[in-house]
Amino acid sequence: MELLEEKKNKNKKYEPILHGIPDWPVYQLSKNRKEFVELVTRQAIERIKILRPSRKQLIDELEATAYREQNRIKRNRWRVDPKDDSRFWSYIKNELVSLSAKNAETTSATEDALLEKIVHRYANEIAGNFKPNSYRVTREVVKFWFQRLLNGARVKKFGAFFRNQYTLRDKIHVVGKVKMLRSLAKKGTVVMVPTHFSNLDSILIGWVIHSVGLPAFIYGAGLNLFNIKIFAYFMNSLGAYKVDRRKKNLPYLETLKMYSSLAIQKGAHSLFFPGGTRSRSGLVEKQLKLGLLSTAIEAQRNLYQETPEGEVRKIFVVPVTLNYNFVLEAPDLIEDYLQVKGQDKYFPEQDKYGSMELLRFMFKFFTKGSNISVSIGPGLDVMGNYVDDEGNSLDAQGRVIDTRGYFISNGSITDDKQREDEYTRMLSQRIVTEYHRINRVFASHLAAFVAFEMWQKKYAKLDLFNLLRLPEEDLELDYEEFRATFKRVRKKIYELKDQNKVYHATHLKGKVDQVIKLGIENVGIFHLKRPLLKNKKGNIITKDLTVLYYYHNRLVGYDLEQYI
Amino acid sequence: MTLNSISEKPVGVIGAGNFGTVIANILALNRKVLLYTRDEQTATRIKSENQNKGYILHANVEPMHDLQRLAKECDVLFPIVPSQHFRAMMRQLSPYLQPYHILIHGTKGFDITLPEGQLIENVTKLTRQQVKTMSEVIQEESVVVRVGCLAGPNLAKELAQRQPGATVVASHFNEVIQLGKRLLRNDRFQVYENNDIVGVEIAGVLKNIIAIASGALSGLGYGENAKGLLISRGAVEMVYLGRALGGDLKAFLGVAGIGDLVTTCNSPMSRNFTVGYRLAKGEKLSDILADMTEVAEGVNTVRIAKKCADHYKVRALITDRLYKVLFEGMTVEEALEFLMRYPLNVDIDFI
Repeated sequence: MELLEEKKNKNKKYEPILHGIPDWPVYQLSKNRKEFVELVTRQAIERIKILRPSRKQLIDELEATAYREQNRIKRNRWRVDPKDDSRFWSYIKNELVSLSAKNAETTSATEDALLEKIVHRYANEIAGNFKPNSYRVTREVVKFWFQRLLNGARVKKFGAFFRNQYTLRDKIHVVGKVKMLRSLAKKGTVVMVPTHFSNLDSILIGWVIHSVGLPAFIYGAGLNLFNIKIFAYFMNSLGAYKVDRRKKNLPYLETLKMYSSLAIQKGAHSLFFPGGTRSRSGLVEKQLKLGLLSTAIEAQRNLYQETPEGEVRKIFVVPVTLNYNFVLEAPDLIEDYLQVKGQDKYFPEQDKYGSMELLRFMFKFFTKGSNISVSIGPGLDVMGNYVDDEGNSLDAQGRVIDTRGYFISNGSITDDKQREDEYTRMLSQRIVTEYHRINRVFASHLAAFVAFEMWQKKYAKLDLFNLLRLPEEDLELDYEEFRATFKRVRKKIYELKDQNKVYHATHLKGKVDQVIKLGIENVGIFHLKRPLLKNKKGNIITKDLTVLYYYHNRLVGYDLEQYI
Repeated sequence: MTLNSISEKPVGVIGAGNFGTVIANILALNRKVLLYTRDEQTATRIKSENQNKGYILHANVEPMHDLQRLAKECDVLFPIVPSQHFRAMMRQLSPYLQPYHILIHGTKGFDITLPEGQLIENVTKLTRQQVKTMSEVIQEESVVVRVGCLAGPNLAKELAQRQPGATVVASHFNEVIQLGKRLLRNDRFQVYENNDIVGVEIAGVLKNIIAIASGALSGLGYGENAKGLLISRGAVEMVYLGRALGGDLKAFLGVAGIGDLVTTCNSPMSRNFTVGYRLAKGEKLSDILADMTEVAEGVNTVRIAKKCADHYKVRALITDRLYKVLFEGMTVEEALEFLMRYPLNVDIDFI
């Protein structure tokens, strides 16, 4: 199978761009953690007071917050929640109750004090805790064990366990605009926005950032990840800040946004998953959450405002797609998706996978085939314009644009929330387009897509749910027919690549039978019930159509269905 | 931001057609205006005669022909040029535009981009990949993002006489809407707000189809019942088509939708109405177009809308029949007979 391996030059090693950890912005931030939390608290309170100007509005907001928080504690408690959660919120509630009994003059200081308590608590909870020592240890431990596993499994010779023939770079391919990313991280502040398919993404992307020589980023990581001890350890040492999706109240959201915005303004490279949560359907994200994204735009405008003339540190948005053959949680994700399809419901975050399952998966991953690739997209400015390696924003004709102008109204920079909301929406659309463009098609994606679409076409009268309920005996595709369709769609993918609308892995270009074999072998490789198999007659069958549907979704959105 | 603080900078109008000239005059009540024309002679002529298209120019309006100067002196520009020249104009203007510019256009038409070697006559279907509204053209061709549009029942002649009238300023940006309002509004001209710019643009374009049909009914000698039928069913068709093309229902019920539709269908002087009228009298399309000095946007719109309707599988009976009349030799009577016999009896099914 050597033919199908990735090109070697993609696996180059990169020198770090900043050598000493003390130079890293993320380190600076955590060293001055206390001051930073104070700053976030102060500014978030200011913002909340602008949004809720009257005393009554503020009290209403606090009451709603207390109510929701008490509800959360009752209904949906997590291991990471602080022990005094319940005490704190009943204290706030009682204060609010006694507040309503008093008259207005004597109390206006009280609700301000309560607001500060709440915001400060949130800011403290959100703030990350980057520790250089634990970062170093994690990095070395992970590298050491991954390398042992890889070599032990792949090089079948005595003593292979201690060889260094393979490194993680053989397992995880980083492709795309790495050089540009490195250059932009020196020039300005990078906001990396990856697609989100699996809980492993956080660790994977952490490794990628390290391996391309960038200093640690601050992460917006779902608080639910901190329930799993092994993740909590990783995340803390990587500079994560915590995002709790259960908390939808205004003080929390404003504090969170302020944290992100100020950290970006201070020059901390940051990362969050703009999809908000793992893609339930397996589709590449189409809709992004705008909250954290808006903080990049706000931070840029603030930087321009602070420096009326001359050079300003620019913020660059870098989309990244993670391409897997296998997503550990796929069966549960797609189950969730199908249950709520068509309705807007809240997903309870259930993480069935504890530390042991993850370790077991990691072991399988490193010992068997199945590579991962990470595509780094081109840098964008906060308006979604492409930038060059020097960080200059370019228009479609390649002329340099002054990004400052987007915030200027009538000659001076103005703070216009509605305008920035609109800019955020535009930026999110640009990121989505970019995701689809840098998405890397694997043989396994294509095999899943073609097989599922062929079945769908065969049973065109059935809706999705009825199709998924078909007995397995009815699902068999003639190999020759499958092969022809596979070839046809693959040709279309080549065409799309030429039009710069998608990428594909080099292995996709091999002999068609070989590529199909590779695809079938790799799609959902570690699931108990395999989504695609060949039967004795050599025809294509499935053991789990629902999971196949999940993997097939990866290629939805390119209008390839018409070539089936 | 107050009126005073921006009063030093003039406002630009691009295109000195009927509507462009009248808008320049309205803007001139509040601000100095630069009126751009394509060639130097026209600018000089307008300057020396102090009038254009029969309208006397306001003292605050300065005719000129230099795009670079226009973009340099004005932060706010109103491009009002025919849709088929719009993209070319934007390409000329684009090098001088900066992200701080605000563009509010007043052009009612679609822009078509076809792959090399293909003609609009030959393609059978069109998608939104090929069909763009003017605000989309502005964003494709320049760095300007703060874009707005003007639409509504705005017959240039009546506006010039200072008869009461209204327009809609649509934009995704409140900033642009408020600016448009401040610049355009006066005691005879009301300005409404809408944030569905694409919907408003599409409504303004599609109504031209119904205007041709209205002319045709008139040409056949039919009266007010027929017109009421046409306008109401036409509005429904606009909603169907508009939604398929990315507009929101509300835009079609407002000043830029129903308002503009009723006006255009009742104005025998409009070019689209005339096309329909003369068709019904038995004239050939090529002869009618040969007689006209300015473009009847509606003819092109029928062609585009019909092909879009085919692609998006939208039922657009009036558009479809008009297409047959305009390009496939069907007579107006045959088209009308088909529509009257069509077994369709749901009045409104989209609310």
